[in-house]
Amino acid sequence: MTDLTHLTVRDSLAGLQAADFSSVELTRALLKRIDSLDPEIHAFLTLTPNKALAAAKAADDLRSSQPEDLPPLTGLPLAVKDVLCLEGVRTTCGSKILENFIPPFSATAVQRLLDAGVVPLGKTNTDEFAMGSSTENSAYGASRNPWDLTRVPGGSSGGSAAAVAARMTPAAFGTDTGGSVRQPCSFCGTTGIKPTYGRTSRFGLVAYGSSLDTVGMIARNVADVATLFQHMAGFDPLDATSVQLPVPAYTLPETDSLKGLLIGVPEEYFIEGIQPEVENRVRAAIAQMEAQGATAVPIHLPHTEYALPVYYLIAPAEASANLARYDGIRFGPRLGEGEDLWQMFTQTRGRLFGPEVKRRIMLGTYALSAGYYDAYYGKAQKVRTLIKRDFDLAFEEVDVIAAPVAPTTAFKFSQHTDDPLAMYLEDVFTLPANLAGVPGLAFPVGPDSNGMPVGMQLMGPHFREDLLFQVGHAYQLATRWHENWPEVNNKLK
Amino acid sequence: MKLTIEEVEHIAALARLELTEDEKQRYAEQLSDILDYAARLDELATDQIPPTASVLDMDLRLREDRSRPGLSREDVLRNAAGTQDDQFKVPPVFGGQE
Repeated sequence: MTDLTHLTVRDSLAGLQAADFSSVELTRALLKRIDSLDPEIHAFLTLTPNKALAAAKAADDLRSSQPEDLPPLTGLPLAVKDVLCLEGVRTTCGSKILENFIPPFSATAVQRLLDAGVVPLGKTNTDEFAMGSSTENSAYGASRNPWDLTRVPGGSSGGSAAAVAARMTPAAFGTDTGGSVRQPCSFCGTTGIKPTYGRTSRFGLVAYGSSLDTVGMIARNVADVATLFQHMAGFDPLDATSVQLPVPAYTLPETDSLKGLLIGVPEEYFIEGIQPEVENRVRAAIAQMEAQGATAVPIHLPHTEYALPVYYLIAPAEASANLARYDGIRFGPRLGEGEDLWQMFTQTRGRLFGPEVKRRIMLGTYALSAGYYDAYYGKAQKVRTLIKRDFDLAFEEVDVIAAPVAPTTAFKFSQHTDDPLAMYLEDVFTLPANLAGVPGLAFPVGPDSNGMPVGMQLMGPHFREDLLFQVGHAYQLATRWHENWPEVNNKLK
Repeated sequence: MKLTIEEVEHIAALARLELTEDEKQRYAEQLSDILDYAARLDELATDQIPPTASVLDMDLRLREDRSRPGLSREDVLRNAAGTQDDQFKVPPVFGGQE
């Protein structure tokens, strides 16, 4: 039998369907690989082997007892980023302030896949409250990039991307507020979707920046991502910003033809400071798409350079409000309660939040405070309108926009930890999609000279995930970059 | 612009964060750098530009005003550090520093 840990989502489902192996066998194989690799990679914060094996057993029983009427993902193992609630399983958000939080419900996006039959393997590492680009802000230690253990996996969904790249799970939930699905996909050579704002429910996603947060999916190729996204997406009455639009069937092309597709290439995304090999790989991928029949034209998104300051005012402002709920009363450990209420609040929050979370709470509190609101938060929301208009105008001209995900490939640990602005600059190409609410699909387009993956993103109009999947899948039919994988076992010796 | 330690202490108090002297120094510098960077937004004239209220051009909808089951009291209290008589327990609210 082939090594089950190397199967994609679709091949896993086909193998389960054909009874080539059981869900228990598949789940055991993945748990065994996690046991051997994760002490080095540290992709997981919590493992749920008993829950997983019980769910796998139940899936196998269901498959034999009612083969005619099976949920579509019955018995498929999957990992969940630790900012999404999974009922009865510790959900830390990478923070000491939620060290022992056990949610009494599951996030809607997670519940939908549970209802479709998935088997949860565990919760993956993240920068604290999804604030970061490297997982170095996790209170439980960083994850390591399976391609090079001296480099970061990206963030904040770095645990999920590392787990998928290292073949510890065929797919994993990610979340994307400013690039947190796409950038770790770029750094780890995985494929991931950041959906349109409102396309997936935020209910049960621990809130960071509520006008920007989205729940996405990371896997090894576009077809797998589309298969899972089909069952996650859609209206949820529990999320007031969830959108009441039908989810189309994400059917994928059978040929690699991109005839008739018009791709916009924004000049503002190929700027000084971008690693030359990143630019070369992304331009080569665009040329490949042209060879498949697409037409690429230069376009302008003139307000791109303002996305970074806009994001780092709006996201911290929303975070400072969202994180006010961690007061030592309803969740988590409590410090200073022997004294008075003030001491309890300030000690619990001051000592249990990490440095980046405190920095963003401070920044957001300042941007919203009396006398500064108009100058910072108000100004940022106006410039956000300009950024969104850039996209609206661009999509009158082109079908999709192609750009690098990040200016560099995965960087070394501690490279940016003393300089928050340098770390924020890693997000410069991913932030605009969140500010405009448009979807983005990230996938690998070949390695740099160190063998580290380079990622490209396709951005599309609101609710056109279907188009992104079609274009990405056509590219992956014509190329093999997404099949590259890191020989982690050799690196561990 | 440069934030003073007093300003940092004021923001920290608004945010209910205890900071060490070290942290105050560091945040004064780092927040000043970030705010300087953000000042480049002033290059843009935005008087005629409305702020983004939502990225989607859709109306807010209201749900039906109907009761539905919520979480049990046990579930809600389970994650609290202090409870008593089926309620959250907190230090005295009056008499503290404010």
